[in-house]
Amino acid sequence: MSKSHRVLPGFALSLGYTITILTAMLVLPCVALSIKAAALSPAQFLAAVWSERARSTYALSFGASAIAALLNVAIGMLIAWVLVRYDFWGRRFLDALIDLPFALPTAVAGLVFSALLVRNGWYGQFLIPWGIQGAYSRLGIVIVLVFVGLPFVVRTVQPVLESLEGDTEEAAAMLGANRWQTLGRVLMPAVRPSLMTGFALSFARGIGEYGSVVFISGNMPFKTEIAPVLIVARLEEFSYAEANAIAVVLILLSLTSLAVVNWLERRSRRCAS
Amino acid sequence: MHPSSMRIKKSAGAMVANEPLWLRALLIGATFAIIGGLIFVPMVYVFVQALADGWRSYFDNLVKDKDTLHSIWLTLSVAPLAVLFNTVFGLAAAWTVTRFKFPGRTLLVTLLDVPFAISPVVVGLMFLMLFGMQGFFGPTLREWGIKIIFAWPALVLATTFVTLPFVARELIPLMESLGDEEEVAAVSLGANPWQLFWRITLPNIKWGLVYGMIQCNARAIGEFGAVYVVSGHIAGETDTMPLRVEKLFQEYNNPGSFAVASLLTLMALVTLLGKYVLERWIAHQMAAHQADVVGE
Repeated sequence: MSKSHRVLPGFALSLGYTITILTAMLVLPCVALSIKAAALSPAQFLAAVWSERARSTYALSFGASAIAALLNVAIGMLIAWVLVRYDFWGRRFLDALIDLPFALPTAVAGLVFSALLVRNGWYGQFLIPWGIQGAYSRLGIVIVLVFVGLPFVVRTVQPVLESLEGDTEEAAAMLGANRWQTLGRVLMPAVRPSLMTGFALSFARGIGEYGSVVFISGNMPFKTEIAPVLIVARLEEFSYAEANAIAVVLILLSLTSLAVVNWLERRSRRCAS
Repeated sequence: MHPSSMRIKKSAGAMVANEPLWLRALLIGATFAIIGGLIFVPMVYVFVQALADGWRSYFDNLVKDKDTLHSIWLTLSVAPLAVLFNTVFGLAAAWTVTRFKFPGRTLLVTLLDVPFAISPVVVGLMFLMLFGMQGFFGPTLREWGIKIIFAWPALVLATTFVTLPFVARELIPLMESLGDEEEVAAVSLGANPWQLFWRITLPNIKWGLVYGMIQCNARAIGEFGAVYVVSGHIAGETDTMPLRVEKLFQEYNNPGSFAVASLLTLMALVTLLGKYVLERWIAHQMAAHQADVVGE
């Protein structure tokens, strides 16, 4: 690669173009938002971002995203395992369907889940008599976040499972390990980093998610209001400075949690290798 | 940290199925239940709801509503613009990052992931703070008579931001694994940059590029949060299809909302089909290539 520094053409042009676009499209908007948020005095900023209503939205955004990401790790691992290891009728079809949440607009997901979970919907007619309120509840938020995040876990774990080939497991079995020992000592260490990546991607997507949640949550302050919804609510009241302040906090919180997960992931990758 | 999403399947030789039959049946059954309940049934339900009043009113909901027609037209023009922009950007970024070493290279790759970490609503807000009336350039732009916010340029900008990494993220691992030997050879044989791109680089990466463009397009069509903030919800002017779905839903027009949603679902299914065909095609090409190598 070092050789090509001189040989291949277009370094100045492509680097210049890339940096220009990144600056104009990414850095400039971020800076604009920060400056506008900085116009508030520290006391005003704190009042905007740490009100009781704001705190409840952070708790819900992060809580629901974490629960959904954990659920996705569990069912994503199961699905990836079944799709990689077993051959059965309909496997290809299921495998193709996994990508649907990537391709389907999230607004459609929110719309259809809210229709499924209300009293006369296909799911609601069975769930609501049992007292399970899917639509306009926190449960609904978790359900759509599971839908939106599932492919992230499946698609990161699948290639790792495919590359394992099974010979290490066979070796473990021959050396006398039972199925559970093989799972815990051979499979999990190999798969763990990719599960963490999947968790991080699903979690990050959940925190930012808006399109699907607005349809299903009912957006009630203190109950089912997530942080992006509060930002939009502040905008619609024309409280731009407050909206900016909450946005800055949301960005910082999600970047911090991503950095933590990245660090954990790197550490477990080091342990695995 | 975002993995390349293109998946070239290996042959089924690596399958180990030494679990007892009952456990296998249980796991496979659970997979059918989860994917069925979480993905397949909701997909079917979109069409069931859209067609609840019959085909006649389904078509009426789509064709006779001027605002809905406009939203379809708007989505089908905003998404390709974002894809075009991000294709050029993706090519430039991937070329820079995979073919040259320079200080700050890692930072550049990290920056590419930032749009994944920012909520689309915040993205919309950022553009509002740049080009809106409360923003830095808003008043000046108004003097000049240029409308960005609450008009289609803002839709394109917001959609482009959200989909910025898609093509680059697909190309970087691909170009890294291809290496630069062929390109260096072409240059030393006297190829000019134009020839280098069209005869060597593009033919090598074309399927990965198409794959990235398909993904970028799907995300661009579905973008909601960012365009929600910058569009101003003007029916017949700045409502894209996902925004139209929301507006009809708010107006308690369920059949209308699901009719638009069904079109979006059809587009998603076309995307899936395109990806599937492309993955099969590339696997086929690779198998043919390997057979060639063995044959020699």
